[in-house]
Amino acid sequence: MDDFVYAETDPAELARYREEVQTWMNENMPRRDPVNPWHPTQDDDERSSRNRELQRRLSDGGYAAVCYPKEYGGQSLTAAHQKIIDDVSMDFDMPILFSVPTLSICGPVILEFGTEEQKQRYIPAWIRGDELWVQFISEPSGGSDMAGALTRADRDGDEFIINGSKIWSTFAQRSDYALMLARTNWEVPKHRGLTMFIVPIHHPGIEIHPIQMVDRSEEFCQEFFNDVIIPAENVVGEVNDGWTVASRLLFHERAAVGNASPYTQGRHRNRTADGVEDLAAIARDHGGADVGRHRQRLGHMETLSRVEELLSARVVKGIEGGFLPAPAGSLVRLFHGLSRTERQTVAMEVQGDRALVWNEGEDTGAFGLEYVQRQQACIGGGTTEMARNIISERILGMPREPAADRDLPFNQVPRSG
Amino acid sequence: MVPGTLRGKRSNTPLNVTGWRCRGGIAPVRFDLSDDQEFFRETARRFIEAEVPISVVREWHDHPDGYPQSWWQAAAELGWTSLMVPESLGGGSISGRPIVDLTIVADEMGRGVTPGPFMPTNVVADTLGRSGSPDQQALLEGVVAGEVVLGWAFCEPGGDWTADSVSAAAVPSNGGYALTGTKVAVEAGAQAHHLLVTARTQDGLAQFLVPADAPGLTITPQESLDLGRRFAEVRLVGVPVDPEAMVGTPGTATEADVERQRQVMVVLQCADNAGSAAKVLEFTVQYAFDRYSFGRPLASYQALKHRFADMKLWSEASQAAVDGAADALADGADEARMVSVAKSYVGDHSVELMHDCVQMHGGIGVTYEHDLHLYLRRATVNRGLFGTPGDYRVGLSKMMGY
Repeated sequence: MDDFVYAETDPAELARYREEVQTWMNENMPRRDPVNPWHPTQDDDERSSRNRELQRRLSDGGYAAVCYPKEYGGQSLTAAHQKIIDDVSMDFDMPILFSVPTLSICGPVILEFGTEEQKQRYIPAWIRGDELWVQFISEPSGGSDMAGALTRADRDGDEFIINGSKIWSTFAQRSDYALMLARTNWEVPKHRGLTMFIVPIHHPGIEIHPIQMVDRSEEFCQEFFNDVIIPAENVVGEVNDGWTVASRLLFHERAAVGNASPYTQGRHRNRTADGVEDLAAIARDHGGADVGRHRQRLGHMETLSRVEELLSARVVKGIEGGFLPAPAGSLVRLFHGLSRTERQTVAMEVQGDRALVWNEGEDTGAFGLEYVQRQQACIGGGTTEMARNIISERILGMPREPAADRDLPFNQVPRSG
Repeated sequence: MVPGTLRGKRSNTPLNVTGWRCRGGIAPVRFDLSDDQEFFRETARRFIEAEVPISVVREWHDHPDGYPQSWWQAAAELGWTSLMVPESLGGGSISGRPIVDLTIVADEMGRGVTPGPFMPTNVVADTLGRSGSPDQQALLEGVVAGEVVLGWAFCEPGGDWTADSVSAAAVPSNGGYALTGTKVAVEAGAQAHHLLVTARTQDGLAQFLVPADAPGLTITPQESLDLGRRFAEVRLVGVPVDPEAMVGTPGTATEADVERQRQVMVVLQCADNAGSAAKVLEFTVQYAFDRYSFGRPLASYQALKHRFADMKLWSEASQAAVDGAADALADGADEARMVSVAKSYVGDHSVELMHDCVQMHGGIGVTYEHDLHLYLRRATVNRGLFGTPGDYRVGLSKMMGY
């Protein structure tokens, strides 16, 4: 399976579905807070329970994760149906937390590689809002070189014993399970000795440390594993074939980040980078005399937003029609990173000094803070440098970067520290 | 390092525009072409490759009109001038979405830096088909046959390509009008058989279809950065025209016509630039495979690979922006915004991409002998005429309420 299936859908059926979703949302989902639609709550416990409750509501209505097969609690509908739900739900409070990585990254991996028991056990639990998943993939020793994982899983009969550390898991402290990549064979080259596991997060031997980010939020965590025991039935795919699974996980991650996955649900809105209309109002009220430059900035921002949408659609169509290889998702990832950082910059500039110094009770500082953190958009979900490698090597066919660890048994690969 | 390991897997295969398998090995402009559109596109490409390869493009630089009339008639036989003309008047599109079909040709012409009065003829033909009188529409038969070339006299010295900046006057005289004013950068001005002149009347903006040999009309060829296409200055000194020369109704109706003409023109410019940017990227990628330095192909250096990745992104995003604008025009939905987005993005990125490709070529890239500058010249002209990317960003900002 190289890409998603986007079934042709009758426009009349879609129009009817849109109406149905709108009616249901009006009656069942809470509207976004009109005063502060951007950050409904900052409290992590509340955020977790709120998202679970909202997911349950969606699920009860039959509008949760509709592209999943019916036998696992989905609706077996098309990407077009999910897009309608996403469009309509922009005005409503949605369980965004379940979208990435649970439903759009971990989900399709289990669908593709999971055993029938795993699918029956886990998929309905996400869709109902009972269980939230994270990825235990990156390690402190390196983010981009994912196949260089040092976390070890040593087999002991029907069990594996895990030791090591993972990092950059999203909201792990409030989640339930993780997909974890660990090394099961050190005698073979790095891609051939990895295995993917399902790991219960709140489990003996696992310590979770939240990481404080620049804005002091604690969305990401680092985990430490000390002799954590995992049953062999929790292996996803084959033992030592974890890279095959991880490659597909990366594919789904790029699709989710690039807005090209049918399994994402609801859309994030970012006040500073997406609120173009709001920004025009801010420029009007507070922009001062610098009209010409603000106009360039706002026009630039609008251009980037629109072109990003058009590019996403083009890439989806291109992959679907065989005109572009599946790695073309990296084009969208690169565009997103670059346009997001530019848009953050523009938003900060339009706000002017109010983004830098503000009165107590005002929230204009968010623009300055997001500007300071803007490179996150070029790092998380795979760096823009990796995207450029993928585009040049796997779309343009240019020679791959030389790697000192290729074909070398992993225990002989030089590494830092 | 083993010699040869840095060779790209496709180092000896020519790349197509997407760098990947494409129908018939030839790249599509967009990914949703019907079989008919695909056939139309392929025919256009083969015609250009056979009739106007780059060596002929260079020969025609010295041709007084920029192209032989017989060639334009051959192009017209392929449908290049009939798409925007209604079927009832002898024209017809491929897909029922004429502007989309037209961008297919514009893209191919951009890839070939193909000369010819394609843009102004189609833009004016579109307006005649929509707003022209039956007598004016009778001309379209000749347009469809490639016998009649049309020009649009719009911009004035110091003007900014907006209708507001038009000051040419149409003064009532002898039961008709007398036209006075100066127009510049009129594409195909000296080749056109008829000129659509945008001017002001006491009833607001108006347009007149004026034969090129009208008394009081002086047409002087101008020099241009673009060596292929031709531009002229058009001076009107009391040019007498009948009331029947007016196209459409003065005031808001004509303002809408002018806006439409500008939008169609800009979409064609952007399609042309997206096509030529894709072509330039294609042969520059090939050059990076073929050119060795320090015992390695240029394509093996990460510093350059990353720049190629950015260029590939700009190229694909430009194409997406062109398609979005053409779709918006075809559907009559949000077209002002989407056309502005296209010019704002494609105008800048296509030209930047070409400058970067010059850089990738090194010294040979800045010679007259190399073809790169032919593309860059044309793309730069497209970028600036009918408004710069910056002008369209200002327009977008106004649409957003600022």
